[in-house]
Amino acid sequence: MPRRNWGAIEMAKAIREVYGEALVKYGRDNPDVVVLDADVSASTRTALFQAACPERFFNVGVAEANMAAMAAGFASVGKIPFINSFATFVTTLALLPARIFGSYSKLNVKFMGAYGGLSDAYDGPSHHAIEDVAIMRALPNFRVYVASDEALTDWLVKHAIESEGPMYIRLSRDVFPSVYGSDTAFEDGNGKVLRDGKDVTIVACGVMVGFALEAAKALALEGIDAKVVDMFTIKPLDEELLLVSARTTGAVVTAEEHSVVGGLGGAAAETLAAAGTLVPMGFVGLADCHAECGSYKELLSKYRLDVSALVAKVRETVGRKG
Amino acid sequence: MGLTAERKAYLEKLCGKFRRDVVDALYKAQTGHPGGSLSVCEILTTLYFEKANVDPQNPEKPDRDRIVLCKGHAAPMLYRVLAEKGFFPVEEMKTLRRLNTRLQGHPSVKHTPGVDLSTGPLGAGLSAALGMALGLRLSKTGARVYAVLGDGDVNEGMVWEACMSAVKFKADNLVAIYDWNRVQLDGKSADIMPQGDMEAKFSAFGWRCLTCGGHDIKSLCDAIDKANAYPDGRPVMILADTVKGKGVSFMEGQNTWHGKAISEADHKRAAAELGGD
Ligand SMILES: Cc1ncc(C[n+]2csc(CCOP(=O)(O)OP(=O)(O)O)c2C)c(N)n1
Ligand SMILES: [Mg+2]
Repeated sequence: MPRRNWGAIEMAKAIREVYGEALVKYGRDNPDVVVLDADVSASTRTALFQAACPERFFNVGVAEANMAAMAAGFASVGKIPFINSFATFVTTLALLPARIFGSYSKLNVKFMGAYGGLSDAYDGPSHHAIEDVAIMRALPNFRVYVASDEALTDWLVKHAIESEGPMYIRLSRDVFPSVYGSDTAFEDGNGKVLRDGKDVTIVACGVMVGFALEAAKALALEGIDAKVVDMFTIKPLDEELLLVSARTTGAVVTAEEHSVVGGLGGAAAETLAAAGTLVPMGFVGLADCHAECGSYKELLSKYRLDVSALVAKVRETVGRKG
Repeated sequence: MGLTAERKAYLEKLCGKFRRDVVDALYKAQTGHPGGSLSVCEILTTLYFEKANVDPQNPEKPDRDRIVLCKGHAAPMLYRVLAEKGFFPVEEMKTLRRLNTRLQGHPSVKHTPGVDLSTGPLGAGLSAALGMALGLRLSKTGARVYAVLGDGDVNEGMVWEACMSAVKFKADNLVAIYDWNRVQLDGKSADIMPQGDMEAKFSAFGWRCLTCGGHDIKSLCDAIDKANAYPDGRPVMILADTVKGKGVSFMEGQNTWHGKAISEADHKRAAAELGGD
């Protein structure tokens, strides 16, 4: 297992590993859970489920659209299908079945996006997922979540099994900074306040959540008191938490391993604008461009998705407060 | 033009060198796809060195033949062949998959001279190659298009849509070469998506099918010559019998070597088998 040292915080397990284990943990004894994969089970780690429950595992070959439409069929006869491939293929090739069968028909399909963001770093932009959240968020009836650490990943799998309806869950190939204890309770639609602050709110998701906590520490040293929210529930968005945070801190910086177009930042801006809560906003994300190949850490740094980028953006945004 | 014994020996020697260099580059990068790169070595070498009209001095010339590596994960071998051909210095192989490199994880038109289409997602390459072929035909360039497919690629429905379209539009300047090693990422094709009678399937879609040895340059040359000589407007599928990981005994036929980083010990063993030091 790769170990990665994110500054002060170290984690043992890649998100994909946690995901594969959670599938087994919650799916083994539930006869309705079926898992489909498109010739990447060694990568997504659904191979673990295949080993545990071979009769409920279906490898369809490299055929993501076929897999997603098959999942709709499974769902229509009462099964709980999880479809698996790289996030970019799940949200592009499998998009038509997502729309007609998940979004429109509300079938109980679970779209699992392995290798979210730039985490399939060396494979390059053809394998990065930088617009998956924007795509899936635009689909009526789909719920959209971004895993930010091990404990949340585990809960998301459990939640997907227990809660009926189409979902997209973005995972990662890599190891994330740990932010939650294993006994943390999560609720659908409720973001998590991880740090209180009075000058600005960093609304983050995914790997950026751990970075936001680091950034808040650095900002505290220069006298900026940042609140940090894990907005893992992109849809439904925790609008109340967002609005209250914006009003009490007077500035919002969103942070996501995703294009700045249409993802968490877009969702937050829509909510704040609709409520007339016009506070200075900053957006940390990929600047409407494709990245390149390289190590994950190098990419996050070069494309300004790291702690220093967050600190700079918060500073600049706070500077615009009246 | 026949392939002289001398030329054949030269190309075989090149292939030996390419294999070694690609394994070295993948070892250095500690990421990338050994199996599919080694599998496609003779196919790409034959195309670029014997059959395709491409000119590294003039990489953009409009009437050049196009080569589409649909199985884009075999990029390292494509890069090594392009470098030998003169599109960029061989030393650049050292930068494979590194930040700021021209040699991206998957082929990128934007980054690499000599690449005709950005690929990576499987399944879409043949359709794009078909569009190229029809476009080049409209422009009366006489250019041909070669598409190199893999088993995983052929799993995708779009490939079969392209097959129907190519027949409908009589794409007689399109040749598909199937790097048919019967192993994909998760396992053998027989386990992941059984293939049945592939020749019968492509034939039923209206393609001419030829079979050849995919590691035999003479056999590949003959098949490509034959494909290019048919007069009757049908696209041609060359089923090239290959071995995933060809040339490194412990990688051959193993899906586990699809995309695994090469350890120091394995690199030593592979280098000893491939020679060239
Ligand atoms: C649309 C899509 N889905 C999944 C993948 C991940 N993937 C990369 S290579 C591969 C298997 C390829 O097998 P094959 O075409 O037989 O390659 P070869 O044996 O020639 O290496 C898969 C599933 C991808 N690149 N594109
Ligand atoms: Mg293969």
